[in-house]
Amino acid sequence: MSYVRPKFRHPLLPTNDLGYTASDYEGSLSTLCAGCGHDSISAAIVQACFEMNIEPHKVAKLSGIGCSSKTPAYFLGQSHGFNTVHGRMPSVATGANLANRDLIYLGVSGDGDTASIGMGQFVHAVRRNLNMVYIVMNNGCYGLTKGQDSATADRGSKSKAGSVNPFESIDLCGLALELGATFVGQSFSGDKTQLIPLIKAAMNHIGFAFLNVISPCVTFNNNVGSTKSYDYVRQHMEATSTMDFVPMQTEITATYDAGTDAAITLHDGSLVHLHKLAEGWDPSNRMSAIQALQHARNDAKVLTGLIYYGATDTELHEVLNTSDRPLNSLKENELCPGKAKLEEINKGLR
Amino acid sequence: MQPTNTKDPEYYHKVVDCQYACPAHTPVPEYIRLIAAEKYTEAYIVNWESNVFPGVLGRTCDRPCEPACRRVRVEEEPVAICRLKRVAADHKGDVSEYIPVGPFPPNGKKVALIGGGPASLTVARDLAPLGYEIHLFDEQPAGGGMMRTQIPSFRLPASVLDEEVGHILNMGIHTQFLSYVDSLRSVIDKDYDAIFVGTGAPRGRNLNIPGRDEAAKNIHVGIEWLQSVAFEHINKIGKRVIVLGGGNTAMDCCRTARRLGGEQVKVLVRSPFAEMKASPWEKEDAMHEDIPIMDNHVPVEFVVENGTLKGMMFEKVHPVYDEKGKRSLVPTGEPHVFVEADDVLIAIGQENSFPWIERDLGMEFDKWDMPVVDAVTYQSTIPRVFFGGDAAFGPKNIITAVAQAHSAAISIDLFCKGASLNERPHPMVNLVSQKMGIHEWSYDSMVTVDKRFVVPQADKKLTLSNRKIEVELGFDALTAWKEAERCLNCDVQTVFREPLCIECDACVDICPTSCITFTENGDEADLRTRLKAPAINLSQALLVSDILPTKRVMVKDEDVCLHCGLCAERCPTAAWDMQLYTYNTAKAGA
Ligand SMILES: Cc1cc2nc3c(=O)[nH]c(=O)nc-3n(C[C@H](O)[C@H](O)[C@H](O)COP(=O)(O)OP(=O)(O)OC[C@H]3O[C@@H](n4cnc5c(N)ncnc54)[C@H](O)[C@@H]3O)c2cc1C
Ligand SMILES: Cc1ncc(C[n+]2csc(CCOP(=O)(O)OP(=O)(O)O)c2C)c(N)n1
Ligand code: SF4
Ligand code: SF4
Ligand code: SF4
Ligand SMILES: [Mg+2]
Repeated sequence: MSYVRPKFRHPLLPTNDLGYTASDYEGSLSTLCAGCGHDSISAAIVQACFEMNIEPHKVAKLSGIGCSSKTPAYFLGQSHGFNTVHGRMPSVATGANLANRDLIYLGVSGDGDTASIGMGQFVHAVRRNLNMVYIVMNNGCYGLTKGQDSATADRGSKSKAGSVNPFESIDLCGLALELGATFVGQSFSGDKTQLIPLIKAAMNHIGFAFLNVISPCVTFNNNVGSTKSYDYVRQHMEATSTMDFVPMQTEITATYDAGTDAAITLHDGSLVHLHKLAEGWDPSNRMSAIQALQHARNDAKVLTGLIYYGATDTELHEVLNTSDRPLNSLKENELCPGKAKLEEINKGLR
Repeated sequence: MQPTNTKDPEYYHKVVDCQYACPAHTPVPEYIRLIAAEKYTEAYIVNWESNVFPGVLGRTCDRPCEPACRRVRVEEEPVAICRLKRVAADHKGDVSEYIPVGPFPPNGKKVALIGGGPASLTVARDLAPLGYEIHLFDEQPAGGGMMRTQIPSFRLPASVLDEEVGHILNMGIHTQFLSYVDSLRSVIDKDYDAIFVGTGAPRGRNLNIPGRDEAAKNIHVGIEWLQSVAFEHINKIGKRVIVLGGGNTAMDCCRTARRLGGEQVKVLVRSPFAEMKASPWEKEDAMHEDIPIMDNHVPVEFVVENGTLKGMMFEKVHPVYDEKGKRSLVPTGEPHVFVEADDVLIAIGQENSFPWIERDLGMEFDKWDMPVVDAVTYQSTIPRVFFGGDAAFGPKNIITAVAQAHSAAISIDLFCKGASLNERPHPMVNLVSQKMGIHEWSYDSMVTVDKRFVVPQADKKLTLSNRKIEVELGFDALTAWKEAERCLNCDVQTVFREPLCIECDACVDICPTSCITFTENGDEADLRTRLKAPAINLSQALLVSDILPTKRVMVKDEDVCLHCGLCAERCPTAAWDMQLYTYNTAKAGA
């Protein structure tokens, strides 16, 4: 088995504004199973960061435990990373984010890591509107521990061994909407044309951006009867719209149809263009988004694309009124302002 | 695009860039792997089967394979394909059990070979084991043609040549050396079933400018002079030597002159340095031996005083190119340049000449007075008479002579059996999976980043003192192994089977050189612009699948594929597989 990727690259690989090629955003060679959906999501992250001219050292990757949570080793090899204990990524991300608001926080988790052991942590990160991108690589099972049903496995879905899941599934997008998430999207590892712009938009969003990405486990959950297999998802996918991400300062050239298209302006001025909007769905209306999800669930469809987008500037730092600068840049005189200041504070408390 | 027809034996053949570029289609990666496995004897035989003279070619081949090598498209230098061939020859063990030795059961047919160079010797090797009685005529005292008379010993030691010529002559060939054939009619009149003309392009071009006749004593035609040196009729030259010409013969002349007493040897050539005909490595070797190459100098006259040569006068020119890129050399207007010389060697080209072929035999000659020869069958307009090597289409090189001779031998065999020359035997091809385990291949799929290793040379002081001392020392076993590891195994093909593909993208994501794309179908020109990396190298094919369930096609640009096998390793359903493609050109008797 190959354990390193050959060094040679295509001589005509395009470079981005920083002079990097997409290969500069790669990590070490994946050890996941051949064909695992998670690898495709890693590749989409690589491509998104390349296209957005992100400086690798400005990204912090955080994850829990699981095949999905291993992926940060396989992308952005030049970025910061923290592999936490199972289900504890949100609290570590919260701490890191509060200590240094200048980094882009990219959390990667699995459906087990998020919807089972990490559920208590996940919901609080959402409701606090922590400024991060939170990607769940959702395969409906615990891949790393050999494929047990997870809490996102659909009721009635059949495992590889033939048993049928008797429990109701947790809809992570619905939950995120319920808890006030300001950016919610759903996608499929096998659809990079949709996934890449979605990741780019999520990384540009200020506040909690949640992406639930269906990502087939080829080894334990790609069988007939599973609702997270390549075939099933391809047959049941229904896109809310097609989308383009238009970075700031780019001339808008795409044709735009007022009836069926919509455009969303992100905080830095970038645009997300949505084409062929699904009927009765308004991406900026939480109620409409919740409804669309419920309808899809009723019809046994997997709704993909941007599901909800709500402008916000009250991410956690704003709410807590924290330091504008990373803690590690504060000098001693700022951290310890002296006796006179202490007196003043004490006086105010008397 | 239509799905690629990989059943066409030429499709995968073309992916093996070096083998495809080799006129004899030597299975290069196959022998390189054998060298890496220290199976030098086997590596030698793989070569011998296709190119007949591995030891000679491993030192002297023009190596059209190397510029074609895939490695050039991902880094600077090709694999040292040629010098690895020499490694096989240098390190081989006993080859006798692999090489057939005559006499063979006769088939009752007799073939005459005129000339004993690589072309005729190849025909002999291909036909003798089939039972043909072979009669070889050459005016020289020994076989080898220009490999013996022209290529200097410091590039090709006689022992190497003798060994490989010997393999063939030991097949029971009836040789008649020191026999110049002065009449084709006399040969036709004998009862040969077929006649092969492999007489080369033996005439050196002369330069008729003022002073040529007065100073004739010190002006020599390069190839005649080299031949006289080879046969030890000449063993010295003046201190100051001018060599005229920019091809490989000029390089051999100047380097030989350095070894026969030439102290100030200069090459003067009409064309610009970059456009000289000599191979880059030949120019380097000459300059390394302190021989300046003065380009853009056109000879005007031989300067003779009191009947002795003093030197030569040259006009300085510079190249001017018209819209079509056609070059003309225009005088710069500077004063003429005088270069002193005691001797001048003229190496400005070679020509064919067939004074011994009677023009009333019914053989058709073209307007350049060359016999009309079929480019596929090598048959002349006299059905029984075939041509090959430099005699067929003008001076080329050894490997071309060998390749042409293989084809001529096939034709002769078909002709003698009364079969049609146009129904030619097909190549032997095979495609075998290299899968050993879930993620294991039977070839070394790792790609090294080592730069090309340099072949060590003997000390210049030593080599310049004796024209028979070989300059290049050849790779030692360890360096040879490292160089062999640079080969990308282009014959291990990426075979795609669409019914197995689940379109998970794993191959797209893993491919280090962005070869694979799944996209909507289109015509070739359009597809080439829509791939993960633009496919601008039109000489390299696209492998296109049938329409897949998502209505897309898989397109793989063969251009910079590293044959690393990662696509197949990451494929969960083995839709990709790495399969060894064997392509052996047909041989006479097949
Ligand atoms: C100086 C020089 C250096 C070269 N270096 C290289 C090199 O490094 N690598 C490379 O690949 N190629 C090289 N070549 C070219 C190469 O030698 C020839 O292309 C090749 O030898 C052609 O092979 P052949 O069998 O067609 O003819 P030749 O090798 O020319 O053999 C023809 C033979 O026929 C004999 N002959 C001719 N007429 C008659 C007749 N009427 N009767 C009897 N015998 C006859 C000749 O004596 C000769 O022995 C070089 C050529 C020259 C001149
Ligand atoms: C505290 C703790 N409990 C249990 C485990 C065992 N365990 C490892 S991975 C995993 C489930 C991972 O599932 P998921 O997050 O969906 O990742 P996947 O492998 O499917 O991508 C479990 C239960 C653990 N490592 N740590
Ligand atoms: S077990 Fe499943 S989730 Fe884990 S690497 Fe393999 S295919 Fe991917
Ligand atoms: S890399 Fe090896 S197989 Fe490929 S063209 Fe070069 S020598 Fe031939
Ligand atoms: S063998 Fe496969 S992965 Fe490797 S370079 Fe070629 S197409 Fe890409
Ligand atoms: Mg999982």
